[in-house]
Amino acid sequence: MRGLLPFLGSRLLRAAVALWLVSTVVFVVMRLSGDPVPLLLPPDAPRSEIFRVRAELGLDRPLPVQYVVFLGNVLRGDFGRSIHFRQPAFRVVLGYLPATFELGLTAFVLASLVALPIGVVSAVRRNSPVDQVTMGLALVGQSAPTFFIGILLILVVSLKLGLLPTSGREDWRNLVLPALTLGAFAMASIARLTRSAVLEVLRADYIRTARAKGLSEALVVAKHTLKNAAVPIVTITGLQFGTLLGGAVVTETVFAWPGIGRLAIQSIYNRDYPVVQCTVFLSAVLFIVINFCIDLVYGLLDPRVRPS
Amino acid sequence: MVSSIPASDRADLAPGAAPAVRPSRGRRTRQMALGGGVFVLLLVVTALAAPVIAPHDPVRQSLRARLAAPTLSAADGKAHVLGTDHLGRDVLSRTIHGARISLLVGFAAVVVGGIVGATLGLLAGFRGGWTDTMIMTLADAQLAFPFILLAIGIIAVLGPSFPTLIVVIGLSGWVTYARVLRSQVLVLRSREFVDAIHALGGSVARVIARHILPNVLSSLVVIATLELARAIVLEATLSFLGLGVQPPTPSWGGMVHEGREYLDSAWWISTAPGIVLMLTSIVVSRTGDWLRDLLDPTLRGE
Repeated sequence: MRGLLPFLGSRLLRAAVALWLVSTVVFVVMRLSGDPVPLLLPPDAPRSEIFRVRAELGLDRPLPVQYVVFLGNVLRGDFGRSIHFRQPAFRVVLGYLPATFELGLTAFVLASLVALPIGVVSAVRRNSPVDQVTMGLALVGQSAPTFFIGILLILVVSLKLGLLPTSGREDWRNLVLPALTLGAFAMASIARLTRSAVLEVLRADYIRTARAKGLSEALVVAKHTLKNAAVPIVTITGLQFGTLLGGAVVTETVFAWPGIGRLAIQSIYNRDYPVVQCTVFLSAVLFIVINFCIDLVYGLLDPRVRPS
Repeated sequence: MVSSIPASDRADLAPGAAPAVRPSRGRRTRQMALGGGVFVLLLVVTALAAPVIAPHDPVRQSLRARLAAPTLSAADGKAHVLGTDHLGRDVLSRTIHGARISLLVGFAAVVVGGIVGATLGLLAGFRGGWTDTMIMTLADAQLAFPFILLAIGIIAVLGPSFPTLIVVIGLSGWVTYARVLRSQVLVLRSREFVDAIHALGGSVARVIARHILPNVLSSLVVIATLELARAIVLEATLSFLGLGVQPPTPSWGGMVHEGREYLDSAWWISTAPGIVLMLTSIVVSRTGDWLRDLLDPTLRGE
């Protein structure tokens, strides 16, 4: 367990700095736009209401004081009241969270299930047609814009072939296309990185030894290669889960999926800034927490990544 | 099962046998990078000459020509080759004009990100100590969450405009530049010749201009190319979400968004700009990969 504590400490520090950075940027941006009160209230709010909220938010106090108060509110999950939903922004966002989790988790599982075998097969059969076709597709998947992948899937699978619904959230059939769209980038990345991780291990001396012993190729791959390639693959795969959250905004908008990504975009249109603030902040927290957990698992699995 | 590994691979695994395949691969990479460069050049020319090339006015509406399917024949000889959109505007002309937005925002964002990243990287490298720690912690922190969320938050409050868009997209990509320049400074700072330059009265600026920049130039070219692809996709994504370039200015992302409601009846409105965007993104990022293999294989791991 040597080195684990400093490792934990450095990662915890990084997570804290990232969170502080998000809240500071939110604070600065809100102040950059001038008086935030008109943004926090309905457009037709009376002047007396504006003054009341201004005093309530402490906007008549010096900026550093306001900043500290703001950080305190953020820590307590107080992002103000939603204009559109007429209840605390935090509670609104929490209500939309399950749909995003459902989509994100499905996309992640789907991406892993498809990409891991492809990566391994591509590595073992390097330069074969299977390798070239799948890696070509992976390159496309990595650089194609998520929203257009979604549009193409809707056009071909839903509208032309009539196989799956275009939007909404009812049963599992609604989940397939959004999950594919959201998972496309992760799928491509996992497949490519799994391939290179397995190739790396296949070059090792102990693999040559295993082959020299006369082990069957299946055994070499299954026992000696995959076990050793697992650590980098687990990390890479895990890190992709975090990036899915960013893609959720786009995917949920394309498929009208009722999660926090679509909520954020709609709240921008509704000028419902407390909710926008809360979604941005909460997604950032989730992302940071997930990445922190992955770092933790990585540190436990592989002592080499801990700082010496 | 053993024979399932192709013979060429075996040779590749054996020490000393690998160089046999390298020269041809290098030539192919060079050709690919060149092809990518030609593509980008064509795109730039298209963008610059858009008013001349485009067969129609990209914002002129025509109620009689709404949602017309792609066709090669027209009475007046000016066919809507890629059809028209829900306002009767020519999709091809809008796609051609859309290249201007994509490239303008893309290149400007790369310049912003490059200048900010390079400055912070040099500062971190030369100053060291607290400055270095702060800048690098900031870099780590920025990579620790999806930037698109922050971009959405910022644009939501400030409102979409060209400068906001360029600065936000530019700032989303400063970290890589900073890291490369910082590590180059750290490598060179301890060298004797740098001490010698200082001893002879040479300035820090001279060290940067004569010794650091030439060493990182190829890395910067590679990063800038990959960043260009990312910036173009990010601009299109924000425009698709309604947070980027505002109508009626044609942008690829905005066009895909406009065509969404007509996907069933007029699929060409979304697909034409979408395919061009996808192609651009793939070719530019692949060009970055090829340039990297060609100029700076050490960047591979990033």
